[in-house]
This record gives sequence, C-alpha cells and structure tokens, in this order.
Amino acid sequence: MKIRIKFSKQGNMRFIGHLDVMRYFQKVMRRADVNIRYSEGFSPHQIMSFAAPLGVGLTGSGEYLDIEVLSTDSSAEMLRRMNATMAEGIHIVSYKKLPDDAVNAMSLVAACDYTVRLREGYAEKLGTTNADFMNGLVSYIANGNLEIVKKTKKGERLVDLKPLIFDSAVTEDGEGIFLKLSSGSANNIKPELVLEAYCNSMGKEFPAFGFAINREEVYADNGSEQAHDFVTLESFGEDIE
Amino acid sequence: MRKLALSDEVLLSVSQPARYIGGEINMVVKDPSKVDVRFAMCFPDVYDIGMSHLGIQILYDMFNRREDTYCERVYSPWTDLDKIMREEQIPLFALESQDPVKDFDFLGITLQYEMSYTNILQVLDLSQIPLHAADRTWEHPIVIGGGPCSYNPEPIAEFFDMFYIGEGEVVYAQLIETYKESKKRGDSREQFLKAAAQIKGIYVPSLYDVEYNEDGTLKSFKPNCPEAPETVEKVLVMDFANEVYPEKPLVPFIKVTQDRVVLEIMRGCIRGCRFCQAGQIYKPLREKNVEYLKELAYKMLKSTGHEEISLSSLSSSDYTDIEEMVTYLVDEFHGKGVNVSLPSLRIDAFSLDVMSKVQDVKKSSLTFAPEGGTQRMRDVINKGLTEEDILNGAAEAFRGGWNRVKLYFMLGQPTETVEDCEGIALLSEKITEVFFDEVPKEKRQGKVQVVASTSFFVPKPFTPFQWAQMCTKEEFLEKARIVNRKMKEMKNHKCLKYNWHEADVTVLEGVLARGDRKVAAVIEDAYKNGALYDSWSESFKNDVWMQAFENCGVDIDFYTTRERSLDELFPWDFIDVGVTKEFLKREWNNAMNAKVTPNCRMQCSGCGAKNFGGGVCFEN
Repeated sequence: MKIRIKFSKQGNMRFIGHLDVMRYFQKVMRRADVNIRYSEGFSPHQIMSFAAPLGVGLTGSGEYLDIEVLSTDSSAEMLRRMNATMAEGIHIVSYKKLPDDAVNAMSLVAACDYTVRLREGYAEKLGTTNADFMNGLVSYIANGNLEIVKKTKKGERLVDLKPLIFDSAVTEDGEGIFLKLSSGSANNIKPELVLEAYCNSMGKEFPAFGFAINREEVYADNGSEQAHDFVTLESFGEDIE
Repeated sequence: MRKLALSDEVLLSVSQPARYIGGEINMVVKDPSKVDVRFAMCFPDVYDIGMSHLGIQILYDMFNRREDTYCERVYSPWTDLDKIMREEQIPLFALESQDPVKDFDFLGITLQYEMSYTNILQVLDLSQIPLHAADRTWEHPIVIGGGPCSYNPEPIAEFFDMFYIGEGEVVYAQLIETYKESKKRGDSREQFLKAAAQIKGIYVPSLYDVEYNEDGTLKSFKPNCPEAPETVEKVLVMDFANEVYPEKPLVPFIKVTQDRVVLEIMRGCIRGCRFCQAGQIYKPLREKNVEYLKELAYKMLKSTGHEEISLSSLSSSDYTDIEEMVTYLVDEFHGKGVNVSLPSLRIDAFSLDVMSKVQDVKKSSLTFAPEGGTQRMRDVINKGLTEEDILNGAAEAFRGGWNRVKLYFMLGQPTETVEDCEGIALLSEKITEVFFDEVPKEKRQGKVQVVASTSFFVPKPFTPFQWAQMCTKEEFLEKARIVNRKMKEMKNHKCLKYNWHEADVTVLEGVLARGDRKVAAVIEDAYKNGALYDSWSESFKNDVWMQAFENCGVDIDFYTTRERSLDELFPWDFIDVGVTKEFLKREWNNAMNAKVTPNCRMQCSGCGAKNFGGGVCFEN
C-alpha cells in the first residue's frame, strides 16, 4: 500500500541536509513502528522516496515523501505515533493513502510555492527597505529582463526565467514576497536564481545568506504547458479512517 | 525554537553545520537555571568521532538522571569553524543550551588517545578558559580529565584541575556532592580541590610535587599537602551485571562513525596480551547479565530507530553467554530491517554459522589478529592464538565460501627479529595455500585474497611492556620494508596485499604515552604553532612538533628508545590500578623468556586485581 506523507521542516532543522533528512525518516519509521515495506536482497532498504530535496538553509512547510507499507493504522493514529518521536522543527502534517497506481511524488513535481524575506540587517546592507525591495522585485518580475546564464553540469546556457515564474506577489504584511516557481526535472528554478537576477539588475551583489526562504507547498500539474492546473501533492491521497 | 550560538552566516559557510546545532533525538533538555551543577562533557575531536563514543553516552545518561545536574556535550570545532571562532572571538559552547562552556561548573574531557592532546588545548582556548590550571579561578569551570590516557596524566597534568582515575559510574555522584557543599560553604577553589582529592579515584595534580634525578628520570613524586593521598586508587564498577545503561542514546542527524546501537556486554579481559593497556587497566573481567542485555537491545533499537546493533567488549568470544546473545540478536532482529553487526569473534563453527546468516559471504572477509608473525613472537606478547588456530579457522571459512582474510600485526615489539617480520609474509602465504588445498578448482569463486596490515608498537603504561625500548622511526620503516620484500617473494604474492603507514605519529604517541610533566611544554608549544587534529593524517604537522621539542629542549629518545631499569620510578606509579608492578615485572621477564602466561579463566596469575573482590577472579 502506498502512503504519502507531508511534513514541515522548520527552525534549526534548516541546517540538516537532504541525505540526513532521508536517514532521519528511516529511523522515524522504526521508532514509530511503521510497518514499512523493505526491498528484497541481502541488504534490504525501506521503500521510501522524497518529492524534492530542500537546500540547506531553507525551511519548508509542505515537504513530501512516499513510502510503501504492508499494513497501517488510521491516519490519525500514524500521525500521533510519528509526531511523538520527532526532533524539534520537524512535524508530520498528513499521512494519506494513495491509489495503487499512483505515480511517485518525485516525478509529479511541477511547481513550488516560496515565501522569501530579507534577514535582519540585510535591507540596510542593500541600501533599501524590506517593502521597497519586495515591491521592486514584483515589478522586476513583471517588466524586467529575466534572461540569465544558468550554470549546469554541461556548461552554461541562457535561460529566460519569466515563463518559469507562475506567480509573484508581495505578502500581506508588505515585508516579503510570495513566488510560485517551476520545479521538477525539466525546468527547475530555485528562488535564489530569481533573487540573484534581481540583485544583479540593481547592480548589487547577491547576499548569499541574506534571505530567509520557506518552501510553502509542492504541486503537480494536472493541466498542460498552455493551461496549468496545479494541485498539491497531498490532494492525491485520502485519509485512512 | 532553541537559540543557536552561531549565526546563519557562520553555520552556512562551514561544512556539516549539523555538528553544532544539537537538537538530536534523545537529547536531554533541562532548564539550566533550575539545576545546581552544569557539566560540559567533551570529546576533544570532531563531532562525528565524539558522538560515536560509548563512554560519553553512558555518562551523559548517568549525569542527567540527577535532578540537580545538567550534562551537555562539547566537541572540537572542525578546522573551518575553528578559524571563524578565533577571528570573531566566539566562545565555544555546549550543544544542548548553546551556552558558553566557560560558564559551566565542570568541563569534563575524555582522554581516549594521546594524539588528541592539542585538541584539548583548542577546546580550552576557544572556551576562553586559561590553558593552565594554575591560572584559573572560580570564574572558570573545574576541568577534569578521564578515560584511558588518564592512567598516565602527567604530560597534560598542568592543563587539568583534576583527573578521574577509573570508571565514570562510581564516584561522580560524590564529586558533585562535594562540589555543592564547597560552594555552599564558600570554600576557595583550592579548598574544593583538596576536598575532592580525598575522594577515591580523584587525582589533583597541583597537590603533588615532582623531583627529577640528574639524568632526567623521576626522583620522587609526593603530595604537598595532607589532603592528597600518596597513591590514587582506580575506582571501578563491581556490580556490573546489572549496572544501569543508557536506554535512549542520542541519535545524530549526520552519519557518524558509530551509527548503531552499541551494547556493552562486558568490561575487562582475561587474555593478558602484554602490549595491551586496556587488558590491564580494566581488570578484572566483569560480565553483563544476558537477560538484561536482551531487554536493552529491544529498548534501544526502539528508542533510536537505528538499523544496526552491535556488541562491544575487548574480546567478545570470552563472554560466557555469547552464543545465546548472538543467536538471540540474529533470530529476533535479522530480516526485520535491523542489521546485526557481529563483534570480532573467534573463528569457529559457531561464529561461521552466524556470520553466514547475517553477512553476504562473498562480500565479507574474515579477520584474525595474530599480532606477531611467528609463534615465538606470539609467545613473547602472550597472544594465545596459534598458527594452527588460524589455519584451521581459515580452512573452515574457505569451505564455507569465504575467500578474503584480513590479518592484523604489530611491528616493533620487544625481541622482534628479521625472522619474526618475515613470518608475517610466510603466515599470509600459508593461508593462501590452505585455500588452494581446501577448495577444489571448480568450486572457487573469485580468487583468494589475504590482506595483512601492520601497525607500529607503542609501549604503554601499566603493561608488561612499559619497560620496553621503542623503535626509532627508521627501525619501524625498515621492519615494514622487510615484510614488504618478503611478501613479494612469496609464490602466491598476487593473492597477498600488505598495508603499513608512516611512523612519525607513532614516535610522538610514544613520547606522550610514557611522558612526564616536562612534556607539557612541548604540547603547548606545538599547539601554539598550529598543531591540531594530530590524529588526522591530513592535518598532522610533524615539523611543528619537531620544532616544539627543540624549542623546549626536550629529548624524544629519552621517552621512546631509552632503556629503562626495572627499578625506575615511573611518572604513573602513583596510580594504583589493582594490577601490581611486581606482576608486570614478572610478565616482562616471562616475555623475555617467551614464556606464556595462562588466561584468567585457566589459572589465576596473582596480578592483584582480585583485591577488587569480584568479576572473573571469583567465578569458581
């Protein structure tokens, strides 16, 4: 049986890298007595896969992993058991059963939501205010030239970020920005890429540690290239009563 | 959210920031303002190594069971963070509360290997605690050392307020009570140190005066006040069978060396190998109750979620219930997502049977530690393993499908000849011959491989070899060349592999192991000139050390190659480990005559440890 787990990774857990998060969850499964399925062979491993790695330094509110189990209790009970054995900063948000023919989370990923804020002191360093920076960024996304040189394993190539930014808006308090960005294997862009392009357009050096970035949610695309229909990865599953 | 001592800028610019943030599963959280005593427990090496240490997990658990004490952890910052902390003057902090170590009541430092000594100075320095105990006031923590190297604490004595000689479970409670009373009475720091010195097992170096003879050897070692005892007695756990053990060990986020549940099944050893310090200082052998161990295995796997469990002891095959214990682990956990990692067991029908159950025979190898290349050499070092044992074990293993064997030897032990060195190659060759004899051609899967590794012998205090002359660097390397040359002459040399390493660190280890108070200046000089992480080959700076010996006018050979007379007063003789100097002398003489001494279960040799009143000495 396939299960999709949604979790948040907040606070000091932003310093734990992706590989260590995987190891962490393998141990969670054993601590919480999740009847997870193991692969065959001499050194069996748990059937577990993550939707999209989150970079060190970033926090996330809607992170996903898929597992396969041999049996399970109700979603509520599994949430209780897993959350009873969490490190501070990691919290299981939902535990849902997927249809047997469900595609794994990793290959579904099409877009991610982010909220970006300037860390304390960085607005001054950039010679601006939080509000001005964010408003400027929104109009840059709307009107500016977003062609950047992207470094890949194969070399450098020119990428236009504009069609890969699906949405942007200043947050309610006026101090941050909300971004919906293309993600997944085909056109993956990180929020840092947009922020760097914006800083460069102003002739400022991109402050690598200047931003607090939270990934809010991860989406699949049920629509098409022309007409996107983004749905959360969580929506593919159902609660177990 | 727990506060952090380091900013995002710092944490995101160093490797493995998870080393510095704490917050691991099973971390103990207390309100520091509600305890009487704050204890910072330090392993002076990087987190990945320190977190793998069983002793600290035991003491962390023990201290934190006390309501009046909060024990937190400290490790050496890696070189990248070390640099930043110095530049920005960030004080070293404990992982739990992230508070500066300098504000703690105690800083406990475990002394696991000599080559960590410069890291001790790093920890003190970064903590902004004076390096010398003499310069500390009540403003600073009491710095206490413990662990195997505290059995000769003299080279680092001036950096410590006190040492704990023995097993941590025994007198820490008494020390904490004494500390609390002293504080309540408004004692001076010196008054407290004197009170502590009266606790069995506690050694306060500042309360002893040292005199030297003209030739540099020790003339006298005497207490300078009535509170300090003439000899400091080792303390150890005598009701070991059911001694409390951590049920919820810490689970690091990053992969550390020991990423598994470790069950300590016994302490001490019956074998009496003459080079081995652990074998003497942990005497007598004491075993844990097997039913208690089974219960612990369950609880610890459950509380950590680890995917592997292993057993810890000096010689697991000597544990009375080893077959029951190993069978239990395999039956109970193997195939349920938990790997059973077997300790190094004597190779026999039983161990091969369980190994074939839990390991992929084709991928795993068998390990023997003959330590000496000829029977004569093994008799000198009292290693009870015979060539017959090894060849029979190998034959049985080859029949069972294994084809890889690892052999461990030591080079440079007393009386060693060219023949003994060459014996390493000859023994390796014989093992390959066993393979060709035992396994018919059509059944051979892959070729046989024998990997022999040698380490260089360092004489250690409280061993029969404490009188031994150590080899020079050149002698060590020549011995390795002899082995290497002989290996290449062997008919089956293509099946043989030989590993050895540089000898610079070994020479230094030799100085620090049997050093006296004069060596402290060298350690400090080396540290101040950049020596750090000396046990890591990539950061070891031999030239800095050599310069330090020269700067301080300390002669390396005096500590390493010098011949010591049987009546020489050693810097560590004031410690009573239970095993008497008379016994060690007898054993030294037996070694010179290549005479084997039976193990503790065969016959008592009167080492002195019987006085502790328990363990293997009273089995029958």
